[in-house]
Amino acid sequence: MFDIQSYMKAGSVDEAVALLAAHPNARLVAGGTDVLIRLRHGSRDFTRLVDIHGLAELRFISLDPLQNIRIGSGTVFTDLAQSDLILRHLPVLADAAGSVGGPQIRNMATIGGNICNGAPSADSAPALFALNALLELKSNRGFRQVPVADFYLGPSVVDLKPGEVLVSIIIPREAYQGYAGHYYKYAMRKAMDIATIGCAVSLKTSGNRLADYRIAYGVAGPTPLRCPSAEKTAVNQMISDTLVSKIAAAVEDDVSPRTSWRATREFRLHIISELARKVTRTALDRVRKE
Amino acid sequence: MSGLQLKEIELYVNGTPCKRVVDVRKTLLELLREDLGLTGTKYGCGAGECGACSVLVDDVLVDACIYLAVWAHGKKIRTIEGEAKKGRLSPVQQAYVTEGAIQCGFCTPGFVMATTAFVQQHAGQTVTDDTIRKAHAGNLCRCTGYQHILRAVKKSMQFPDE
Amino acid sequence: MATGESIIRHDAVAKVTGRAEYTQDLYKSRMLVAKYLRSTIAHGRVTDIDVSAARSLPGVAAVFTFKDVPRQPFATAGHPMSLDSSHRDVADRRLLTGDIRFMGDEIAVVVAEDELIAGNALKQIRVTCTPFPVLIHPVDILDPNARQIHEGSANRVGEHGWRFGADIESAMDHADHVVEDSFETAMVQHCHLENHVVFAYMDDLDRIVIVTSTQIPHIVRRIVGEALDFPLSRIKVIKPYIGGGFGNKQDVIFEPMAAFLTLHLNGRPVAIHMTREEEMIGTRVRHPFHIRVKTGVMKDGTLAARDVDAIAVTGAYASHGHSVAAAGGGKIGCLYPHTPTRYHAQTLYANLPAAGAMRAYGSPQIMYALECATEDAARAITMDSVEFRLKNIVRQGDIDPLSQKTIHTCGLAECLIRGRDMIGWQSKKKKYAAYKTGPVRRGLGVACFSYASGTYPVCVEIASVRLSLNQDGTVHIMAGATEIGQGSDTVIAQMAAHTLGISHEHVRVIQAQDTDVTPFDTGAYASRQAYVSSNAVFRASVRLKEHILNHAARMTGMHSDLLDIEADHIVASDTRTPVLDLKTLALDTCYHKTRGGQLTAEISHKTTTSAPVFGCTFADIEVDIPLCKITLRQIVNVHDSGIILNPVQARGQVHGGVAMGIGATLSEEFLIDSGTGRVFNGNLLDYKFPTFMDTPPVDADFIETREPSSGYGNKALGEPPVISPPPAIRNALLDATGVPVNRLPITPEVLFKAFTTHGLIRPGRTGHV
Repeated sequence: MFDIQSYMKAGSVDEAVALLAAHPNARLVAGGTDVLIRLRHGSRDFTRLVDIHGLAELRFISLDPLQNIRIGSGTVFTDLAQSDLILRHLPVLADAAGSVGGPQIRNMATIGGNICNGAPSADSAPALFALNALLELKSNRGFRQVPVADFYLGPSVVDLKPGEVLVSIIIPREAYQGYAGHYYKYAMRKAMDIATIGCAVSLKTSGNRLADYRIAYGVAGPTPLRCPSAEKTAVNQMISDTLVSKIAAAVEDDVSPRTSWRATREFRLHIISELARKVTRTALDRVRKE
Repeated sequence: MSGLQLKEIELYVNGTPCKRVVDVRKTLLELLREDLGLTGTKYGCGAGECGACSVLVDDVLVDACIYLAVWAHGKKIRTIEGEAKKGRLSPVQQAYVTEGAIQCGFCTPGFVMATTAFVQQHAGQTVTDDTIRKAHAGNLCRCTGYQHILRAVKKSMQFPDE
Repeated sequence: MATGESIIRHDAVAKVTGRAEYTQDLYKSRMLVAKYLRSTIAHGRVTDIDVSAARSLPGVAAVFTFKDVPRQPFATAGHPMSLDSSHRDVADRRLLTGDIRFMGDEIAVVVAEDELIAGNALKQIRVTCTPFPVLIHPVDILDPNARQIHEGSANRVGEHGWRFGADIESAMDHADHVVEDSFETAMVQHCHLENHVVFAYMDDLDRIVIVTSTQIPHIVRRIVGEALDFPLSRIKVIKPYIGGGFGNKQDVIFEPMAAFLTLHLNGRPVAIHMTREEEMIGTRVRHPFHIRVKTGVMKDGTLAARDVDAIAVTGAYASHGHSVAAAGGGKIGCLYPHTPTRYHAQTLYANLPAAGAMRAYGSPQIMYALECATEDAARAITMDSVEFRLKNIVRQGDIDPLSQKTIHTCGLAECLIRGRDMIGWQSKKKKYAAYKTGPVRRGLGVACFSYASGTYPVCVEIASVRLSLNQDGTVHIMAGATEIGQGSDTVIAQMAAHTLGISHEHVRVIQAQDTDVTPFDTGAYASRQAYVSSNAVFRASVRLKEHILNHAARMTGMHSDLLDIEADHIVASDTRTPVLDLKTLALDTCYHKTRGGQLTAEISHKTTTSAPVFGCTFADIEVDIPLCKITLRQIVNVHDSGIILNPVQARGQVHGGVAMGIGATLSEEFLIDSGTGRVFNGNLLDYKFPTFMDTPPVDADFIETREPSSGYGNKALGEPPVISPPPAIRNALLDATGVPVNRLPITPEVLFKAFTTHGLIRPGRTGHV
């Protein structure tokens, strides 16, 4: 049993918004894989719950008329990992989704929860950073959109305002069409683990050049982050081993990993750099295959 | 609002409809084990780390220890108790027995449910060992080193669920 | 022939259907739950405790603190009692303590209607402590000014040493090479899937019933009696199905508390369920060891001398105390009996979770250091790792230099040769020569071990069985041997069926144990059950068979010498033709008005041998240097465990042990804050035991020798598979990269540091060779 003090089931997003407005201390629960664990560990922040578990309204993967990909926040990772649309257009996100926890967790955990809990290790975050994803939030004040990179404010702090529900994640057409990508989770086990470092690359080539290049990390700083200097090093350059090495060196200027009981800063820095190499190469291989 | 909150739910458990008034604080695992007396589903960690409590909810494999009982409303739950029918083991259960995939047996119900879901999803497909490993990576076993379980899953694939 | 066949486990169907009832599946009405208040510091003394608010919470039945429990300390180790009082286990536990010795120590206990109420009550208890400096590292623990974690102990639980063979100092002096290094092993945990769970109640005014997940029901009974000063015969211990133990349940940790609580709550049922997080730190762990090994070696490949010095850390409580370090070192002589060897070991207290028994009991630590050192010695003279071992290892007929007993069966050389073929040693050695540079490298490693089949002569080895012929001609066995998942019930049935001439389907071992009726045995540990039970089962089966044939003689008028049992029938021993079926005979024994009576046979047998067992691991690995990752390409374990009673089950044991060994090699360890003694990763997400995806294909094979001291030629197998994978993998890493990593586990971070030190990774602006 969890020490739940109050439980309110929302039958729709509008109901959830109304319940959150009426109960400012209440928090959302969706997949439960994070909130219920926090409750189990005695957290007092989640004893009042507004339940959006399994809301069909939030569980979708679709292409809108402008060819933007829209993902409902209640979409579970198994859906993402197996979706033809995601596999075809957003392989970087499919990789990330498939690397989360184990099968049971992927069947339960939602991408919205993964983002809203603010964890720097969230597997979906580097992929969404590398895809320039937009988050669409709803409250009783209406909708707002925010780039995923702006949503993360600090360690475990996100820009989810009181009363807001993350409704969908939007990958704009221009952010993915013509791009190849890859996400690699570096962890101590091949499943059921938290990333030591997660690395996502999304890139576009033009002839022998990198027309665009985005690289993002999880656990490389207080929040998931992009690497502007590495990206600047890469864009419009000839693709070569030397370039890959330059990128691998440049990412070190963009990250600020810390030492924790899980890993030292030095080790994380090393892996960050090696993953830049590895993930970029795999993404380039994917371009060649297409 | 505070204090004891109860909610009436209706669900199917192993094909049988059932109605229960549940404490909203309860997990599906507690509902099964304590309210319905279905103790075949095990408690191993309470945090979704070991898979001993795996059950199928509308044919989807979940950890019942981090699944609220109220979420089972309107759902079809399959637990280990429903797998053997008319005194006969399911093909998956039979494969675990035949291949010697069972030692202490504590992870076994969860594993059998994971394989049951896997066989349903991959019926008729050729699957690699790595696909099997990945699909069972949420179930920990400390006794078998997974080797005979791998054989049992492969054998299960030869006999699709009736 | 029931032995030697891969029959299906007798409990397989019960388990695969979820019908097998474990302790957590049993329930008593009005059962209360108890939860411990655990310390939040690792070393200190409680100066004040206020439980009044907790006691007054609705739904709280009782709160007890360290002030409310019996004062006399007791020992928890699940050992047979030693009649020699100087060999008794260290009695350093009370039910609760005000002297805090590790983070998580049990200060008070709340008994309540449910876990939520108990948990909320715990939060209401106010504790004031005086903290002391936390002692974790041997150098601090042994500082003469360090506080004594247990008063009067000097922070030492035990110390001993021995030597055998020629003069070691002079042999070292004359050796062509001397290699010396230090090795460290980590604190790891058993992680059986079923946590510790116990409940107790009184079924009379003066009788306590304890239902518990234990490996040692009869020992639990004795120790609860000692802890509570309560008559043993009024304690009944029931062991349902057990979800694994690996040694962690060879310790009497929570049963005395459960019994104490029901005794003080008017016999009401009280349950203690560990959460996984409590299980990790509040039960037992494997002793971390610090081991220095010095090896002298001659150019011709002879191991000239060995000097081993070990420090074992037992943590907050002695539990199995110094026995683990003693037992681990004690196996060296059986592996390299021709090499003069000195062994010295001491076991220290520390402000850490308590270490106790864990699969292979000290051997994984000692054999790891020994077999790493053996590899380094072989490399010092550039001799092939397998040939070097073949030149120095034990052979059949050798004398164990420590026990002075002859080793009657030993197939270790054959294991090495078989394993070498299975892994493709020669061809891969050539092929992998091309993988010694660049970012991805490959290597091969080997390591051997020896182990024992029980604890004799250190402890008594007693096994008891009671066989009875049922009315339908089938046989039921009550065995003292404790089934915890390892399969002892199945092989005991196979043994009896074999001797009786009855099909194994018609022989069944009663699964649940109850100390009121289960024959005496000290329980499941030391890989002993099948070995020590074998002679008891054999003798009881012979006796029951005699009874059956005597009754058949009375029924048929034929002489019993002319009769035999085959395929569930009484047959004529010469023609093998059936003369009577067993069911008819059984009905006659029960229901004939004058002749016969229920046929039973009971034997309690003390084994005064402990047959050594042997084996080896071969590892084929790939090392990604920039990513600091080891991939296990192939692992082969070959064992000499005597005659294999059930090949599929035996392979399952090997697979499980190897997987546990792989975890200990690559990923498993308690990560501990050296400042506070806090375990950071006490759960199954952060404690990395291998998932399905982390476990490579494991090949298991056996060299079958026929052990004469065993009823069926079998020797121990349960624990040994865990021993040799760590050194084999470490040696393969050395082969692949030239980098010796002398600590476990070899995590990516450890590899990063080692590769950096050895210049394979350049720090800072990264690159690799």
